[in-house]
Amino acid sequence: MPSTSTKSEPEQAYKEMYSKSRRSALPPKTDAPDFTLRSTPDQWLSLSEFRGQPVVLAFYPADWSPVCGDQMALYNEMLKEFHDLGAELIGISVDGAWCHAAFARDRKLHFPLLADFEPKGDVARRYGVYRYKDGVSERALFVIDAAGKVYWSFVSPVGVNPGADGILSALEDLQNKQTVSATMEAK
Amino acid sequence: MINRMYLKLPDSERDHVQGTIDAPIALLEYGDYECPFCSEVQPIVKEIQRRLGDDLCFAFRHFPLTNVHPHAEHAAEAAEAAAEQRSFWAMHETLFANQDALDDEALAEYAAALGLNAKRLIQEVISGAHAQRVREDFNSGVRAGVNGTPSLFINGQRYDGARGLEPLLAAVSNPASII
Repeated sequence: MPSTSTKSEPEQAYKEMYSKSRRSALPPKTDAPDFTLRSTPDQWLSLSEFRGQPVVLAFYPADWSPVCGDQMALYNEMLKEFHDLGAELIGISVDGAWCHAAFARDRKLHFPLLADFEPKGDVARRYGVYRYKDGVSERALFVIDAAGKVYWSFVSPVGVNPGADGILSALEDLQNKQTVSATMEAK
Repeated sequence: MINRMYLKLPDSERDHVQGTIDAPIALLEYGDYECPFCSEVQPIVKEIQRRLGDDLCFAFRHFPLTNVHPHAEHAAEAAEAAAEQRSFWAMHETLFANQDALDDEALAEYAAALGLNAKRLIQEVISGAHAQRVREDFNSGVRAGVNGTPSLFINGQRYDGARGLEPLLAAVSNPASII
């Protein structure tokens, strides 16, 4: 008997995972919603603490999944480049603070991982990058400028590591603009 | 910093290159000596080189993920130190063939086994004489869009397909097919 379904279930799941999702991420020039989340089991961190310098927000679906590992491992190697451009890097997922602590220790990560844990995914929702069906965030990048506005955002297919070239370009753009406006003011 | 023109293409001015730079097919790898996937792709690259002969130019740049691979940085610097003694590729192959043993002592042993001045090589590694060069490779990779290792670029296009011999051979034989 001929089958009506051409795709097996795992194949379909794989396709969905790698397909591009709806682009609802907060666009450039929007105010970046402030938030306060746990950075360790007993410490909290707010976005507003970074006002005055650019911040890279890297939303990722989950600790321990292979692509996240690679993506965070890559950013971990690039902290000096981010710092040279005056920026701080923050990772965010729906995992709890203890899970983040274990993941960060295992991967020797030297930047904060925030727990968007309760209410679950609340920050991801406010940034327009929550995957309701999966209960995790998109793999989404935001560069927030010194004034707290979104300067650049990018949503990658969940299974694809977006790399860092887009982040670096955005941070360099910001730095150039700052130099230009400083020069204008000096005149 | 590598010229932007050459982020995804071999640069004869600075890269370690096998084959002639004006070969019709350019294969550039960003890799890490302690990365198991890079080690797996190594014999495949060699086989592709063997089959394509003069039609292929192959270049290797360092992309050590040092927090995950504690010996990758020194291994990369050892390859550069070997290059100072005209033995980059011999060391390159030795490192991939022995990626479970890449501490400084092992690096010195490999240098000696290759007939190099092991003392000089290890001193260069320990003093970080080639750290800048390795960082340059890494940074150019980041700019090129490298998101993990190995990352392969065929005629300036990132290859995201399977890393087996057949698919890679098909891609290098017909670079226009890469999307």
